[in-house]
Amino acid sequence: MFLVPFFQKVVVNLSKIKVAVIGPGNIGSDLMYKIFRSPYLEMGLMAGIQESEGIRRAKSHGVDTSVEGVKAVAARKDIKIAFDATSAAAHLKFNGPALREAGIVAVDLTPAALGPYCVPSVNLDRLQNETNINMVTCGGQATIPIVHAIERVAGAAYAEIVACISSRSAGPGTRANMDEFTETTSMALEAVGGADKGKAIIVLNPAEPPLMMTNTVIVRVKDPAVGIGAITASIEEIAAELKAYVPGYRLRVPPTMDGDRVTTIVQVEGQGDFLPAYSGNLDIINAAAVAAAEKIAQRMLEKGGGA
Amino acid sequence: MEKRKITLVDTTLRDGSHAVKHSFTAEQATAIAGGLDRCGVSMIELSHGDGLGGSSYTYGFSKVDEFDLLRAAAAEIRQAKLTVLLLPGIGTIEDLKRACECGARAVRVATHVTEADVSAQHIAAARDMGMMAVGFLMMAHMATPEVIAGEAAKMESYGANYINLADSAGYLLPQDVRARIEAVRAAVKIPVGFHAHNNLGLAMANSLAAVEAGADYVDGTLRGLGAGAGNTQMEVLAGVLGRDGYDTGADFYSLMDLAEKVVEPLMKRPQVIDNGSMMLGYAGVYSSFLLHVYDAAEKHGLEPRDILVELGRRKMVGGQEDMILDVAYQLKTKG
Repeated sequence: MFLVPFFQKVVVNLSKIKVAVIGPGNIGSDLMYKIFRSPYLEMGLMAGIQESEGIRRAKSHGVDTSVEGVKAVAARKDIKIAFDATSAAAHLKFNGPALREAGIVAVDLTPAALGPYCVPSVNLDRLQNETNINMVTCGGQATIPIVHAIERVAGAAYAEIVACISSRSAGPGTRANMDEFTETTSMALEAVGGADKGKAIIVLNPAEPPLMMTNTVIVRVKDPAVGIGAITASIEEIAAELKAYVPGYRLRVPPTMDGDRVTTIVQVEGQGDFLPAYSGNLDIINAAAVAAAEKIAQRMLEKGGGA
Repeated sequence: MEKRKITLVDTTLRDGSHAVKHSFTAEQATAIAGGLDRCGVSMIELSHGDGLGGSSYTYGFSKVDEFDLLRAAAAEIRQAKLTVLLLPGIGTIEDLKRACECGARAVRVATHVTEADVSAQHIAAARDMGMMAVGFLMMAHMATPEVIAGEAAKMESYGANYINLADSAGYLLPQDVRARIEAVRAAVKIPVGFHAHNNLGLAMANSLAAVEAGADYVDGTLRGLGAGAGNTQMEVLAGVLGRDGYDTGADFYSLMDLAEKVVEPLMKRPQVIDNGSMMLGYAGVYSSFLLHVYDAAEKHGLEPRDILVELGRRKMVGGQEDMILDVAYQLKTKG
């Protein structure tokens, strides 16, 4: 039912970096399709810990697979970057340390945060030499750029976000780790968004048909005299940058200002690579991860590395 | 014949927090919690209306930090269990640890009625801390009795001590309550409780229906202070259950006096079924949206009813107060 992008088989690009995906669940499968499209990355291995639908799916697309987990990734000398789409516990205990040992750059999609937080439109340029980067959370990827855009022109004393995702797009990992979402996102609102204090809330909504992912961002600015015009211009600029790798990103309710409070609501429609369009949450974190990996791959290729 | 025991759970200092826009002071918490304890109420719930960590732009900032309120209440409580509400996604286990340090002995872990699995971590953590843990299913009108029974069984498997169904929108009719309580009772071995809202004038009738269907825990608030048209009025509930032959262990007269002398003077608006509240019940909207909807309607020059109906049509769930602005904006731009 999922079409193989035609160029996957056609393009034989020697100047691509081979990557692995650890965790062949929903996130891992969606990543695989995004990697197929990438001009810089080549899907080298899909690694799980047991036979699964995701492993079979990867195989059916001609991708090497293994059920030996990170061990299989570490053993592959040709793999330079690995996406970890398992769990925070697995990344901390096994995958993170094993990838470091093997000299493979880790793009961590769990909330483990062994390495620095990465939100491509905000801080990717500063992270290109890191060996482990953390992709925060889906809600973080959708909202931190907005907070940053406000902060850079008017300061941010406090940033609060409410992420609403459809129940169908919240997998067992998210469900079992609600605190990790709120805590990681809150910390990244401060560390990357630049707010003095961050607060994150997540709500699952089971409505049918499923709702698009929406995120409300509310910031208490330090300098309201800057005015809504300059703040809006800054937000629109970063939203355009985001759109480059998340085409379905849009301002659903444009910024409004009430005293020192700036509120805006963004919606993320997924590209439908593996999961339906309402799963904008999966789309944005995966798109951000691939964008980050592409930047790292470009640097590797410039240095004459590669496959 | 021995009377059947019903445990009263007072949530004036939690659901009532919505009605006073989260402005409770330490003095008020002391007076209400201490009074309830002396009246013989078994469980006293206190936290931000949206649970631990609810203080925010989206749900309203607490005037006094809820941990300070908990400490003030705990100092006055002798027999009752000081209880907090926690919605995974808003509050965290760290918040729960702090609440426990402040004297909380029970937590009600609340999820939307179809999303019980997000409560597993929090229920387990509460039990590890030696707290009583309650699985609290909100918006019980949005799922069938069969679905609810399955979600309740999940919460039981995580270690919940009892299951509480909440008619958060005040939408259910007595027969709907009965069917849901019976279905849950058949699916779990632990006791069952019920939390009503009076948006359609049915809080007392629904609470009685729940008790008759086998609920052993019932929620109420003094003077009915709570979101929307408020909750089952605690002092009336004690009187009604007493006359109906149940043993609540609570003193009717003392509750009545506490409601009149302490709660009534702090109320910001009469706890009646106004048009907005009625629409919550009719359209099936989470009760705590009400005052936020009134604010948004005034600011954007809209009719509160139109916002409420649209929120109901979109099937918004507890915690989605941020979508009130979205609805107001979309209604205005389509205008």
